[in-house]
Amino acid sequence: MEEKDIHAELSSIRDLMERSAKFISLSGLSGVMAGIYALIGAGIGYNLLKTGNYEGDNIVFITELFLVAFAVLIFSIGTGFWLSYKKARKIGRPFWSTGSKRLLINMAIPLVSGGLFTFILIYHGHYGIVAPATLIFYGLALVAGSHYTYSGVKSLGIIEILLGLLAALIPGYGLLLWTIGFGVLHIIYGAVMHFKYDS
Amino acid sequence: MKISLEQFDKAFENRIRLQIMSVLVANESYDFNSLKELLELTDGNLASHLKALEKEAYMEVQKSFIGRKPNTRYSVTEKGRAAFKKHLQALENLIKQQKL
Repeated sequence: MEEKDIHAELSSIRDLMERSAKFISLSGLSGVMAGIYALIGAGIGYNLLKTGNYEGDNIVFITELFLVAFAVLIFSIGTGFWLSYKKARKIGRPFWSTGSKRLLINMAIPLVSGGLFTFILIYHGHYGIVAPATLIFYGLALVAGSHYTYSGVKSLGIIEILLGLLAALIPGYGLLLWTIGFGVLHIIYGAVMHFKYDS
Repeated sequence: MKISLEQFDKAFENRIRLQIMSVLVANESYDFNSLKELLELTDGNLASHLKALEKEAYMEVQKSFIGRKPNTRYSVTEKGRAAFKKHLQALENLIKQQKL
């Protein structure tokens, strides 16, 4: 056995250890798209806020805002699945793998809890902490999922949590911080991931 | 330059066995089909290497059912983990020796 063989052996071991445990077909471009959807959603939300006449009828406004946020979520998840599926096929790795299952389960727990918690907040009329709550739970989901995909996802999660806490601390900036967290950060992180891993 | 293989684990002389162990030490457990897909092996080939590792008591088998489908999972034993570490150390030592 020669030295270069040993190096090849060690790097193949490292590659397998990582590949077997993680989902590395996550598409960076889908992060950029999610960010764009969030910006569009925030734009619509801001317009509703500015042009709408909601005197004493907060619930209509909240419902509209909620539907916009829900549409952003569905489009983001849909695009994420589609682009990641395409990337997995392109690099010849299974999409439905041990890594992707673990990623989904570990992200789903904080996400579903956060979703239900947000419903409860709206039900009780605590509209002011809806935006901070979605940011915090989304950040927790990213941190939980980061063990099963690119490690950069963890720092994105931590920033989302900090933004959520900040939004809770200073009322009135919910939409702005939500736009930064779900829009701007996704575009930046998605673009970095795309150029680092996809091309 | 040729290096003697004496300090290496005989069980890991085969590349596929070393690859299987790499996957098992990085995961709590792994199932047969995922392992087959990951390493791009045939059923028979993978099964024979798994048998060999099981014989060394480097890994354990857990057989269960998901619905009606049999689900066979493998996990590394303490003995296997120690052997894997030792083997990696031996590889690294060799590289270091050659640098001197």
